[in-house]
Amino acid sequence: MFRFLITRISVVIPTFVAVTFLSFLLIHLVPGDPIETRSGEHGITPERLAELRHLYGFDQPLWRQFLHYERDVASGDLGTSIVTQDSVWHAFLQLFPATVELSLCAILFAVLVGVPLGVIAAVRRGTTFDYGLMGVSVTGASMPIFWWGLMAILLFSVTLGWTPVSGRISDAMFVEPVTGFMLIDCWYSDDAGACVSAARHLILPMIVLGTVPLAVVARMTRSAMLEVLNEDYIRTARAKGLSAPRVVVIHALRNALIPVVTVIGLQVGSLLSGAILTETIFAWPGVGHWLVESVQRRDYPVVQGGVLLIATLVMLVNLTVDLTYGLLNPRIRR
Amino acid sequence: MSDASLPRRTPGRLVLFWRSFAENRGAALGFSVMMLLIMIALLANVIAPHSPIEQYRDHFLTPPMWQSGGSPAFPLGTDDVGRDLLARLIFGARLSLLIGIAVVTLSLSCGIVLGLSAAFAGGMIDMAIMRLMDIVLVFPSLLLAIVIVAILGPGLFNAMIAVAIVTLPSYTRLTRAAALSELARDYVTATRCAGAGTLHLMFDTVLPNCLAPLIVQATLGFATAILDAAALGFLGLGAQPPTPEWGTMLAGALQFYQRAWWVLAFPGLAILVTVLAFNLFGDGLRDALDPKLKR
Repeated sequence: MFRFLITRISVVIPTFVAVTFLSFLLIHLVPGDPIETRSGEHGITPERLAELRHLYGFDQPLWRQFLHYERDVASGDLGTSIVTQDSVWHAFLQLFPATVELSLCAILFAVLVGVPLGVIAAVRRGTTFDYGLMGVSVTGASMPIFWWGLMAILLFSVTLGWTPVSGRISDAMFVEPVTGFMLIDCWYSDDAGACVSAARHLILPMIVLGTVPLAVVARMTRSAMLEVLNEDYIRTARAKGLSAPRVVVIHALRNALIPVVTVIGLQVGSLLSGAILTETIFAWPGVGHWLVESVQRRDYPVVQGGVLLIATLVMLVNLTVDLTYGLLNPRIRR
Repeated sequence: MSDASLPRRTPGRLVLFWRSFAENRGAALGFSVMMLLIMIALLANVIAPHSPIEQYRDHFLTPPMWQSGGSPAFPLGTDDVGRDLLARLIFGARLSLLIGIAVVTLSLSCGIVLGLSAAFAGGMIDMAIMRLMDIVLVFPSLLLAIVIVAILGPGLFNAMIAVAIVTLPSYTRLTRAAALSELARDYVTATRCAGAGTLHLMFDTVLPNCLAPLIVQATLGFATAILDAAALGFLGLGAQPPTPEWGTMLAGALQFYQRAWWVLAFPGLAILVTVLAFNLFGDGLRDALDPKLKR
């Protein structure tokens, strides 16, 4: 087990260095440095330009800039936004809970709806329900979610008026940010109105972001269940005279869930891709929205730091999934 | 009864493939829609009722013809500057298919070369290529595409390059895995002993036997390419207005969609139908090409 841990972690470190290099390089491939780009808009004197360049270190050779960057990253300094002068790390920490809250709720939605649907489809294999669900599922997996989100706003917010159009909570309300997770903060503030408002703001983005994972989970559950239902131990369980629901839920589903959990673990990257679009549509103040805005404002330190943080995050989640398997399944360790 | 005495001809591989493919109703549907889209794209000049960029100044945001205020001259209505929506969608089909072809060709050919090199060279080169692909995979695909476009500058061409880079790892990994399993076979050893050069072995001996999974991946990749390019267009980083690209049309609709649902509904529907058709077709291909997966 120890060797397994060491090999997995030793792969992560060079990958991390390469990721920092790539995120560093990406930004420096842009023609013209950020100071130059911005000075065009404001028209500052050449002296001030040189001064600013020196301040941000853009006048040094590239390799030295990279070493500086590595040193800064290692000490937790990811740079400052050129636009807001806010530290990238600080801004990320403030916005990140919103993204996590949205993504977790979306995954929860996908699992709570997708697993039962997949199980029913597998049990009633070949029926209209099965075909219907698989049709809906492949449609969901093909969904352009930026369009799906706007259609949902058009229907549920604009036409029916059921949910708010954008944001995390009504403008008229203020909840002390303790954890950064709006639902938890509202719960702690004992403000029922705020709780309802936060939930109403969350529901539509959650469904929109959860659509693609829902389709994937339902499909995966169905095929995993079909495989497991053919196993001998299921026949044994049936032969023992156990009730059908007990066989399906206790015996089959538990084993079918293993590949489903794998798929959910692999969805983190695509979930973040989806979060970028969902947050942009719903003006959800999260990391994805922030990065898109920074790209549009050409705020390169933010893009660089944000991309690095997200890539690191995906890497850590993948590592965790990997290690968890090693713990659960000794055959994977080698 | 005379037929029974004749020896039955065994059906050819293609016929077998077609039978198992046509059994799958979803795949057949996807294939028909694909063909229809290709026809629309080829005949765009003939079937489009108007030019996709001509602005009819007295027909701003005309609703579709079946709604009150609609006009039969503009079957699906017009956008905010009076362009015919149907004509833009038809020309958009041409653009989307071109995006799909360009992205898949670029990413598939690079992926094949990289994957084969990794499988044949082994050692350090193999490790370097595969590690690089792992690193690309660490970035959420859309985020990486956004950053690449931010560097290269917004535009359709750069968006296609970005999507091609993002989808590269899946082709590389598939090619490498398929090539490695082929390399262990006797026929490869035999060809090598017969004196075939490495390039000949790579592209003439091994590659043709690795094509099945690549064809499936390419079909599914077509769908991804169209979807990602549309997402970039939607974020203002892909094709620029007035290009009738579906994602870009959606971005243009953002200010008006609350009072003119059609400028939002139809371009998105076009993306969904196209992506769905390619996904269904790809799934069907996979089932038909890989009998192991069939139930």
